[in-house]
Amino acid sequence: MDRTTIDMWVGIFVTLGVAALLGLAMKVGNLTTNTIGETYTVTANFENIGGLKPRAPVKSAGVVVGRVADITFDSATYEAVVSLTIDKRYPFPKDTFANIYTAGLLGEQYIGLEAGGDEASLANGDKITQTQDAVVLEKMISQFLYNKAAEPAAPTGNSESTKPEADALGASPLDNIGKQPATTTE
Amino acid sequence: MKSGILVALVRGFRMVGRRCIDGIWRLGAGMRLFWLTLISSGESFRRFHLTIREVYFTGVMSLIIILVSAFFVGMVLGLQGYHTLQKYGSSEAIGVLVALALVRELGPVVTALLFAGRAGTAITAEIGLMKATEQLSAMEMMAVSPIARVVAPRFWAGVIAMPILAALFSMVGILGGYLVAVPLIGVDAGAFWSQMQASVDWQHDILNGVIKSVVFGVACTMIALFEGYDAPPTAEGVSRATTRTVVTSSLAVLGLDFILTSFMLSV
Repeated sequence: MDRTTIDMWVGIFVTLGVAALLGLAMKVGNLTTNTIGETYTVTANFENIGGLKPRAPVKSAGVVVGRVADITFDSATYEAVVSLTIDKRYPFPKDTFANIYTAGLLGEQYIGLEAGGDEASLANGDKITQTQDAVVLEKMISQFLYNKAAEPAAPTGNSESTKPEADALGASPLDNIGKQPATTTE
Repeated sequence: MKSGILVALVRGFRMVGRRCIDGIWRLGAGMRLFWLTLISSGESFRRFHLTIREVYFTGVMSLIIILVSAFFVGMVLGLQGYHTLQKYGSSEAIGVLVALALVRELGPVVTALLFAGRAGTAITAEIGLMKATEQLSAMEMMAVSPIARVVAPRFWAGVIAMPILAALFSMVGILGGYLVAVPLIGVDAGAFWSQMQASVDWQHDILNGVIKSVVFGVACTMIALFEGYDAPPTAEGVSRATTRTVVTSSLAVLGLDFILTSFMLSV
């Protein structure tokens, strides 16, 4: 076979390979969305982070505004310290509320930021004080069972018996979940 | 009677010992050839057309088998993934499944297995026959190092071709999965790509896949070269060496894959 023909085919081969790699990086991977320019880092303490992982998204109003950079354990307060890198384009007030949510029923966990009303904005190295822990399903169930056991046995045959029971079933267990650190969002 | 059992036992031990020593000897000889190839590979870069010629034979000629099998592997992944995922009502995650399976594992591993069968056997048979017909000795007589002239260009060609083939395999496989998932089954195209982009990481998934394919390229090519260089100069010897190339390369690829994956997932 001619040497120039071989050169041409190898050239096509290598170009195809580079194109495939670029395609993988751009179309399949997150190289384009990964680099979010300049960022600032804030920390938030949580009593329980559930299944939150580094690189989990930080969302506000459903839009990804940053990523979880690092998760460490503070042995002085026995809390998890989560540092978040947030895009410089999105400033948040100082009294922003950080929640750990789950995407879908079995999906990954992410941090949701809800803006407060403070005039001053969060700066690099600041700490978000108002946080809400991840919902732990076992805790929720045990709380529910505990409430069920604590309530007095409903008198049977009473005409009003269904109403308090419905209240206890529907309202009380869910209301108490996750309100330990702070409850003021407004 | 008793001595008969003893003799059989001794013979058994002897066989195990010989196999063991033979294996270690081959490993050492292979490493020595690897080292010799590395230090005498300057010429394969100075006279780069030698390497390009081998890239043509190992890479370009393997394209068809790699691309066709990638297409079918991607389509099968799409079908199988859809049937399992729809039970959990998350058939949009099919893009993630296909992409991660291909980029992390199937791309490098299946490419390396096909490469060993398509290109590795050719290398072994070629070098084995060169040795059997005393072409290698003739080169040495002319003061041309056969390692620099014959072995090193083939080695570097394999190392160059393997990552390219693996990247093409992943890309074509994902296209195959897309064809099954979106036009055939009716998964939403936007969800297919966006979920894929959200969970495939450039560094942890794609770059690690490329590293894997480079390591597999080194292993497969080196095993093929060593088996050819070490083959007894007979027709039977070359045929045995070719068989051993496929067996050893496949086992090495699968074993190395486990080791590399355990390192990559722990980091």
